[in-house]
Amino acid sequence: MEFLAKMMVMAVGAIFVQNFVLARFLGLCPYLGVSKKLDSAFGMGMAVIFVMTMASAITYLIQVYLLIPYGLGYLQTIAFILTIATLVQFVEMVIQKNSPSLYKSLGVFLPLITTNCAVLGVAILNTTAKWADGTPYNFLDAVLNGFFSGVGFTLVLVLMAGMRERLEYANLPKSMKGMPIALIVAGAMALAFLGFSGLKM
Amino acid sequence: MDNMKVLTNGFIKENPVFILVLGMCPTLAVTSSVVNSLGMGLSTTFVLICSNIIVAMIKGFTPAKIRIPVFIVVIATFVTIVDMTMGAFMPALHKSLGLFIPLIVVNCVILGRAEAFASKNNVLSSTLDGISMGLGFTLALSLIGAIREVLGAGTLLGFAVLPKAYIESPMLVAILAPGAFITVGFLMAIINMMKKEK
Repeated sequence: MEFLAKMMVMAVGAIFVQNFVLARFLGLCPYLGVSKKLDSAFGMGMAVIFVMTMASAITYLIQVYLLIPYGLGYLQTIAFILTIATLVQFVEMVIQKNSPSLYKSLGVFLPLITTNCAVLGVAILNTTAKWADGTPYNFLDAVLNGFFSGVGFTLVLVLMAGMRERLEYANLPKSMKGMPIALIVAGAMALAFLGFSGLKM
Repeated sequence: MDNMKVLTNGFIKENPVFILVLGMCPTLAVTSSVVNSLGMGLSTTFVLICSNIIVAMIKGFTPAKIRIPVFIVVIATFVTIVDMTMGAFMPALHKSLGLFIPLIVVNCVILGRAEAFASKNNVLSSTLDGISMGLGFTLALSLIGAIREVLGAGTLLGFAVLPKAYIESPMLVAILAPGAFITVGFLMAIINMMKKEK
């Protein structure tokens, strides 16, 4: 029971209160770049959830069993980004070989994910994150945090794509079209999400 | 001549933030005050110049297939240098920029310039491109930072610029997350408008 409660706290925290895009400002490039069409936004979201979960697991193991025991903490950035780049490449090859249909829908997004700062962000955050009582995240916590953060990212990405599809037909001043209005809509969305910050757990 | 053009390109004509729309994460995240903006902008400039120089030097013998991982390692090395130097000499700034220092690695401006410019040009013009893009980035960040700091706290670089009554109850939303999106959105619209008038 305690585990389930912990999981709920983490899910609500990662998806709503500390949303990666709107509260932490991570993963904005795909948020603004891939949110023009609903189906591509959904594909990107799924790919990000998958890679973030995998990356959280692997970077956690690297941090605990390689970097800390050998005193290599200063190599964290380099080690993590190389791991993520390799992981993305590997996932791409596996999907391409085993499931051509999945590759067709996710394939184009995978190379973009290497430079998605949400992935590196969650990996670094996992190494410093703590529960309210001060205990650091264990392996399972880190993986779940990666998963739920990915879900939060997908949620706002898909919401944004739904709105932008309609904005295409809105009657706007010429200079507001495209990126400026997208940013202002994102601002309105961030305001709405700010309401969740009152949730204390 | 050409080098002069490269040097001025990044300020307005190809400003990385407002025109190329690269590197949005730090642009929105750390610009809640001018000091943070300057710190972030100058760190990024340093990494950008150094990585452009190294990439331009090694472009001759880097196999095309693995060039992206090679560029990332070069960038990550300089980011680590910045991270540790700042942690040692400017701990307060290091703390307020926090996670976004290691995340300079995945700032698309840097990898984008390495791939689009430095891997095709010589060392001198790559250095100039690094300076130009870096300062253009710093300029954009400082502008956003200044607007948000004045509106959200009534101060500029920590000095009070608006009446005391405003400072006591400022438009707090400007330094919170939504303010970042809205400020950048309006700035981009203004730039679009000015471009059309020309």
